[in-house]
Amino acid sequence: MRGIFYVLAALGVIGLAFWAYGETHKTQRALAELRQTQAEVSSLREALGVQRAEWAYLNRPARLRELAELNFDGLGLMPLLPEHFGSVDQVAYPAPELPALNQPVETFGAIDGVTPLLAPRPGTDTPQPEVMEP
Amino acid sequence: MIRTPLRPLARILRARETGENPDAIERENLRLRHEAMRDQARARAEGRLLVLTGIFCLAFALVGGRMGLEAASPPQEPRTTAFEADISASRADIVDRHGRVLATNLVTHSLYAQPHVMIEPERAARELVEIFPDLDLERLTRQFTDPARRFVWIKRRLSPEQTQAVHDIGEPGLLFGPRQMRLYPNGPLAAHVLGGAGFGREGVSAAEIVGVAGVERVFDDYLRDPANAGAPLQLALDLTVQAAAREVLEGGMRLLSAKGATAVIMDVHSGEVVTLISLPDFDPNQRPLPLIEGDAADSPLFNRAVQGLYELGSVFKLFPVAQALDEGLVNPSTRIDTRGPLRWGRFTINDFSNLGPSLSVNDVFVKSSNIGTARIAQMIGAERQKAFLERLGLMAPTSIELTEAPTARPQTPSNWSELSTMTISYGHGMSSSPLHLAAAYSSIINGGTLVEPTLLRRSRVEPGPRVVSAETSAIMRGMMREVVTGGTASFGEVPGYGVGGKTGTANKPGPRGGYLENAVISTFASAFPMDDPRYVVIVTFDEPVESTGLEPRRTAGWTAVPVAAEIIRRTAPLLDIRPEIAMPARNGITAVRN
Repeated sequence: MRGIFYVLAALGVIGLAFWAYGETHKTQRALAELRQTQAEVSSLREALGVQRAEWAYLNRPARLRELAELNFDGLGLMPLLPEHFGSVDQVAYPAPELPALNQPVETFGAIDGVTPLLAPRPGTDTPQPEVMEP
Repeated sequence: MIRTPLRPLARILRARETGENPDAIERENLRLRHEAMRDQARARAEGRLLVLTGIFCLAFALVGGRMGLEAASPPQEPRTTAFEADISASRADIVDRHGRVLATNLVTHSLYAQPHVMIEPERAARELVEIFPDLDLERLTRQFTDPARRFVWIKRRLSPEQTQAVHDIGEPGLLFGPRQMRLYPNGPLAAHVLGGAGFGREGVSAAEIVGVAGVERVFDDYLRDPANAGAPLQLALDLTVQAAAREVLEGGMRLLSAKGATAVIMDVHSGEVVTLISLPDFDPNQRPLPLIEGDAADSPLFNRAVQGLYELGSVFKLFPVAQALDEGLVNPSTRIDTRGPLRWGRFTINDFSNLGPSLSVNDVFVKSSNIGTARIAQMIGAERQKAFLERLGLMAPTSIELTEAPTARPQTPSNWSELSTMTISYGHGMSSSPLHLAAAYSSIINGGTLVEPTLLRRSRVEPGPRVVSAETSAIMRGMMREVVTGGTASFGEVPGYGVGGKTGTANKPGPRGGYLENAVISTFASAFPMDDPRYVVIVTFDEPVESTGLEPRRTAGWTAVPVAAEIIRRTAPLLDIRPEIAMPARNGITAVRN
């Protein structure tokens, strides 16, 4: 009985040693990989730093101003000035969509969804209803 | 092992024959057996103790040995840590209040040569001079062919194009060392705030970057501290506002043919300096050398906003008026005698134009009467005036985080006589920097609590100690607004922003005493929107002339004020302040109720 136990224990020790040996190798491989990845990360970070520096350099206000002036015809960019602020009531309401005039029949009365201001009449183009204060 | 019976038959029988007690034999045997058992148990226990001692000794030896090994082995960076704990070796960036980069690092190369491994030293020297025209061919050839030399520095910083060109020479004796370079992508914008950086200790494979001036120098330790893990230093500066203000100020300086100009925009509550410009400025990427001869104030390195101590003139009138109101000496409608000229010993005080026999305190400020302010200062007296200016921080250097700040100690008269009291009340006889003025104006108009200027972004600031009462602050705001609507700064009106301020034109002191006739410092100290001030704007010009009229005009109302107004017009929308638009009257009925 005791002999079997000794043999099993010895086998266990050998097995464990084998396993530990494998694990050590795996760890060393992982560490080497990590080192490589970290070197890659730091070089990428360096590259990122260069990109950020270049971004900041290309976006420097003096250059943007020159570009805006050069391309004024196409872009029409101007410095932000107080006149560019407006109040809400300076913004026009969108014209409400009207149903298409399929059957030009003269009608009087309300159209669904449209404030009864101007009924479309035959022969006129798309009517532009005014919006009044309710 | 043969077990001895307790009652061996032979001995019992013999004992019985001799008449002895056989039980004695049994007891004897039992005793012997017990003794044997005891000896065995002791031996086993001793053995166990020995093993245990051995294990303990081994364990301690292991721990001790490991400790010794750890102590003796060279230190190593932990390689298995997570990225959060990453240690950054490079200098931290500097960003503005919205995180836009003001200063960052760039990896470049330095160039050095090892003449003893060079193959064609003469050709290498020739080609290097072609790439870098500033190198001296003769000197380089001499250095390369000198057999005693083993190392020559050629360039400290190379651009990537230059690196490639040097590579293309194909000389094995030309070597590159990695270098970090400090880059200021915005060029001269915010040059005086950032200062600049240079190389400290230098080796072949690395060089440390050290701040030379400005925030780079003041926060050098913070920027270099690897424990910050690359967290950038955030300033209160706003890049777009700074750019817009600089554009306007530079245009104004050229139109007015001024020697120099400054603009400071500061948050009146937190003291955050959003814009700090001093013209002429420089490119911090190539920081010029300080002037060796001549006036240091003429160098572009001179920060006029912080270091420039000027007699600022009438902008100082805010202080005696605010103090007199706060101490209850006068109220805004008290009449002040303004008959001129006011004589004091050999000295005469005059007004710019005759303002009549008397003015209310309000009009003394709005019409900028020297005589009136001098009379108010006389009521206050020297001691209290000095104490008030001290409380406003006008007697000590500002606490702003720039290396130049502690050197800018305002100049005050050594003997604070009654005449000094009178002249200081309208800004002569005492000099201070535009930044001092910005802080003092903020302290008075923000509700009356002291403000300390700072370049760092602050999220929330507790109000400082009280300087004047909230009522005085409100009255002063009203007066400053009136200066723009109907006083000396009528060009300062920006529709929708309710600008208020005070102009100041002071003759510059001459090099040989006295004042120069045609050289002035013109200042406009303003704030907006005046009903609830958010920012104070100080614009100062050095020797401006407005020459569109028949005769040259130099007063602040013609020089600093229009430029300040344009700066406010351009920057206020960028500072998130909507103009107060007067609502157009609506036609017809809007709302009717019975």
